Amino acid sequence: MTARLELPHAGEDLAMLEATWAEPRGFVGWCTHVDHKSIGRRYLVTAFAYFLVGGALAGLMRLQLSRPDNTWIGPDLYNQIFTTHGTTMMFLFAVPVMQALGVYFVPLMVGARGIAFPRLIAFSYWMYLFGGLFLFTSFLLNAGPDAGWFAYPPLTETLYSPSKRADVWAQLITFTEVASLAVAVSLITTVFKMRAPGMTLNRIPIFVWAQVVTSFMVLFAMPAVMLASTALILDRLVNTHFFDVEHAGDALLWQHLFWFFGHPEVYIIFIPGAGLVSMIITTFSRRHMFGYLAVVLSLVSTAFMGFGLWVHHMFATGLPQLGESFFTAASIMIAIPTGIQIFCWIATMWSGRIFVRTPMLWVLGFFAIFVCGGLSGVMLAAVPLNIQVHDTFFVVAHLHYVLIGGAIFPLFGAYYYWFPKITGRMLSERLGRSVFGLFFVGFNLTFFPMHVLGLHGMPRRVYTYPAALGWGSLNLAASIGALLMGFGVIVFIVDALRALRAGEVAADNPWGAGTLEWATSSPPPNSNFLRPPTVGGREPLWDNPVDQPTVVGLRADVRDVLVTHVLDAEPDHRVEFPEPSLWPLLTAIATTTMFIWSIFTPWGVVYGSVPVFIAMVGWFWPHRPDEGGTQPWPIRHRTLPLPNEAPASGGVI
Amino acid sequence: MSAPRTLDVGALPPGAFGSRSLMWWGTMGIVVIESTVFALAIAAYFFFRTRLPAWPPDGVAPPDLRWGTINTIVLVASCLPNQLAKRAGERVNLRGVRIWMLVCLAFGVVFNVLRAYEFQHLNVLWDHDAYGSIVWVLLGLHTTHIVTDFLDTAVLAALMFIGPIEEKRFIDVEENSAYWYFVVLAWLPIYGVIYWAPRLM
Amino acid sequence: MRSGEVIQSVLSPAGAQAANIYHLWSVMLLVATVVFALTMALVVFALVHGIRGDAPSSERTLRRAVYVALALTVVILIGLLIESVWTGRNIASLHASSAVTIEVTGHQWWWEITYDDTVASRRVTTANEIHLPIGRPVVFKVTSRDVIHSFWVPNLHGKRDLIPGYITAIWLQADRAGTFRGQCAEFCGLQHAHMGFDVVAEPDADFVRWLDGRRQPARPPDSALEQRGHDVFMANRCAGCHTVQGTAAHGQVAPDLTHLATRLTIGAGTLPNTSEHLRAWVQDPQASKPGNQMPPNPLPPDDLEALLAYLETLR
Repeated sequence: MTARLELPHAGEDLAMLEATWAEPRGFVGWCTHVDHKSIGRRYLVTAFAYFLVGGALAGLMRLQLSRPDNTWIGPDLYNQIFTTHGTTMMFLFAVPVMQALGVYFVPLMVGARGIAFPRLIAFSYWMYLFGGLFLFTSFLLNAGPDAGWFAYPPLTETLYSPSKRADVWAQLITFTEVASLAVAVSLITTVFKMRAPGMTLNRIPIFVWAQVVTSFMVLFAMPAVMLASTALILDRLVNTHFFDVEHAGDALLWQHLFWFFGHPEVYIIFIPGAGLVSMIITTFSRRHMFGYLAVVLSLVSTAFMGFGLWVHHMFATGLPQLGESFFTAASIMIAIPTGIQIFCWIATMWSGRIFVRTPMLWVLGFFAIFVCGGLSGVMLAAVPLNIQVHDTFFVVAHLHYVLIGGAIFPLFGAYYYWFPKITGRMLSERLGRSVFGLFFVGFNLTFFPMHVLGLHGMPRRVYTYPAALGWGSLNLAASIGALLMGFGVIVFIVDALRALRAGEVAADNPWGAGTLEWATSSPPPNSNFLRPPTVGGREPLWDNPVDQPTVVGLRADVRDVLVTHVLDAEPDHRVEFPEPSLWPLLTAIATTTMFIWSIFTPWGVVYGSVPVFIAMVGWFWPHRPDEGGTQPWPIRHRTLPLPNEAPASGGVI
Repeated sequence: MSAPRTLDVGALPPGAFGSRSLMWWGTMGIVVIESTVFALAIAAYFFFRTRLPAWPPDGVAPPDLRWGTINTIVLVASCLPNQLAKRAGERVNLRGVRIWMLVCLAFGVVFNVLRAYEFQHLNVLWDHDAYGSIVWVLLGLHTTHIVTDFLDTAVLAALMFIGPIEEKRFIDVEENSAYWYFVVLAWLPIYGVIYWAPRLM
Repeated sequence: MRSGEVIQSVLSPAGAQAANIYHLWSVMLLVATVVFALTMALVVFALVHGIRGDAPSSERTLRRAVYVALALTVVILIGLLIESVWTGRNIASLHASSAVTIEVTGHQWWWEITYDDTVASRRVTTANEIHLPIGRPVVFKVTSRDVIHSFWVPNLHGKRDLIPGYITAIWLQADRAGTFRGQCAEFCGLQHAHMGFDVVAEPDADFVRWLDGRRQPARPPDSALEQRGHDVFMANRCAGCHTVQGTAAHGQVAPDLTHLATRLTIGAGTLPNTSEHLRAWVQDPQASKPGNQMPPNPLPPDDLEALLAYLETLR
């Protein structure tokens, strides 16, 4: 039973609070938003748009491959299409959409009024948007990258890729990595420092743990691909020789750097998905997750182990056998923490009181598809089998089973689960079942035959194949499956648009869930919680006693936010969050200019950095004497506490 | 109906120093990211080393010790005014902050100028071979940090002169000095790799 | 009909390495099927009981069940790991001083094949087609002249990447006769899709005869037509890229054509080697392999016929 208190307290002004947290209207106003819900919404919409672009590109690929010796799309265009498909899905969709869910929901789930570093989050969104537009514009100008989403040199060196296409790829990496790193830093800070009082570490929702773990992975993995793509741009632009064998460079260095990022990348995509599965199963089983500690530790150990697998992408390069065996063992053993989560999920379901709605359907689909993908992954971990099916459609099947099964199915479940919270409307259960059915059947029809195609010798990244090899009928089946998936997505879009206009109005907590985002209205008020909550259990809406306190004392005239201690979430101090600002957008425009300029000349970095510097000064420079909410100068003594001091006066009940 | 229970945080201070502040966490995030970049670049250096018979390859001389070592001393020495600026910040001593940040900036001018000499005395160009490329990129990555560290210290110092100044700015001074420490400490292994690895291996 | 299910297939092993891998595949497929079925059964079981709401009596029962499942998982995974490492040992255990040594160099988009010999003059260079003796170990030493490619004959063994700056060795042995197909398996640019090659496994005597035949230079042209074709070849840019042993043509950047007429396919597995296809290929290779390095050759019809007649003599 929710402990929601309706009576106003003395001195409380909810109208002023909402006005303080309101974001400006109009287009220019929209460009200055720093509210995490506003940024989160646009991140989600943009990510979905990029998903549609990536899906359309896949549709073109499937059309071309639907019959042998097809001449509809030539090799040059096809190479751009498959590269842009992979680059879009991996860099512009799969990671950003999970981060977008984090941006919107993590502050709500930990009971905070905002996200740490709001202007940084806004900046991150603009970089993400501009990066995607840069890639697609290049594609439309026949300058789309064409050497695969992994861009191996020497193929991507100037000698074999003389046009700007490889530079577009490399710089797209820079855009997306900057955006992702920014969100990761912000999410870690939010979860560790801004939780509702009473939310000790073992009361943090599993999805929030998943976001924290993912964010740490981002911090350690993305520098590898940034370093590699920078080295590639330098090779191409100013004649360094990182990957150029004529001058002591090494093509394998690229592979090590890229896959040191690339393997954790897939866990960066999957772990939030696993977090979503935990969340949805908890809600629809109406019981706490069985083995909470085991599940959280599984997420953490998956993250650690994920950094020790990268060489399994390089088994065909002829490495020493002992080294290969280590990576085989690690690649097989990482199935253990995932297995632990699966068994805990099953145990939760078994002992729960399940009611099935669309989100739960997607989770059931996840089980079938992700487990299949995990099993083909264990097969791929075995070097002898790997060197047969590496770089064939078997791997295409595997990667789509684990990524679509492990991330996209939970994501669609999350869309249905959280659409009411974001928009205040319910999606249609009936249409939801159709979307699921079309997508599930279409997915399996598309990708299951690819296991067979790989075993029958069909390599990846081929724009056509000979009729004599007998691959035509399975390819045709795959293409038909892709059409079904496409229909499913169209039905989803139709339903979403319908629901936005005329859908059933959503209650605060339509699923009877237990976490804090459901303790506020749908959609939430500007300030997230009219009265910030405290928590007395892991599922606060189920566990909180009736008289669980709410937080009072935060100012209503400025964006006052509570900062708590890392371990036990005891209140520590307050911080004044920034007002809406145009500087994040201006900085993003300056940075974008510098990035694009620098693929044409190295002086682009030098000259382009000047506007970036100016914009960042504008961002940082305060307007008011007390813009941070502390004492303006002069003051006699320090009033703010040092790390080892107790606060001036603690919280009072 | 009894009055609902509340947790009143109104008396809590509007900020805090050190690891209690959100800015500290943001700064540490940057430190983690940049440390990873440096570590991977150093790994790339040694990857090349294991692949080539001679090091530096092609009969190239190792980088001259003089400018790199002098600059290392300057960088380490800059930790002193940095620490004093940090302490002045923690004591909200505006005069102390102003003085010591200016001294830091003076050190910054010196080590940025000396860095230019270091580049000139690497004895190899970036486009000579992979060794030249990785040495220039290692040094260049760190240079990006000393340049940006200098610039953001300069902007903050300017703010501490021009205003508007509030108590929160002294937390920013403390965070800035933490980043300065990172930039100096990160230099030590890079110095070791660029200047000593070719001599010791 | 030649089908990928037979001639370019992991599931049709023709040698010990591929057979070992096929065995590993069979084991893993069986285990995976059983594990998948079991896991789905558990999910359905949990779903049904969850909907009914007849939960087990205690968390202890749940915990026991999870431990059992976890223990089973670990045992199965360790078993698969052992099977994998053991298979790896088996397929790597092939070494012999009497092995046939073949150097493979990848190019965009063709295969340079050189049969090594201790006597330099007995080395054989050819392109896009490999013959192997049945029952004898063969070691391939592979590298690339330009970008990364991958050498893959699924009927015989797993693939090995061809990386410029690296030469690696992969050992295999054919154990039955057959004509198989290999294909480049690392994206290498515009015509990655059309970088195939043929592998003929034959009895040792046939193989030795074939290899001896490769050692012979091209026979001089007999008829006037063939002579004219020879002259067309040398006068046009053919000789600038291709080599024909025993003639003035010593081009290094395209496949060796000395024994072109005996090859099964042209254009690195792109077209069957018939006179119709060869005519079309010579006139415009871009039509069937757009973007490849060979330019169109719009020759007058008489010259073209003579050239084709000459190419027919390259046996």
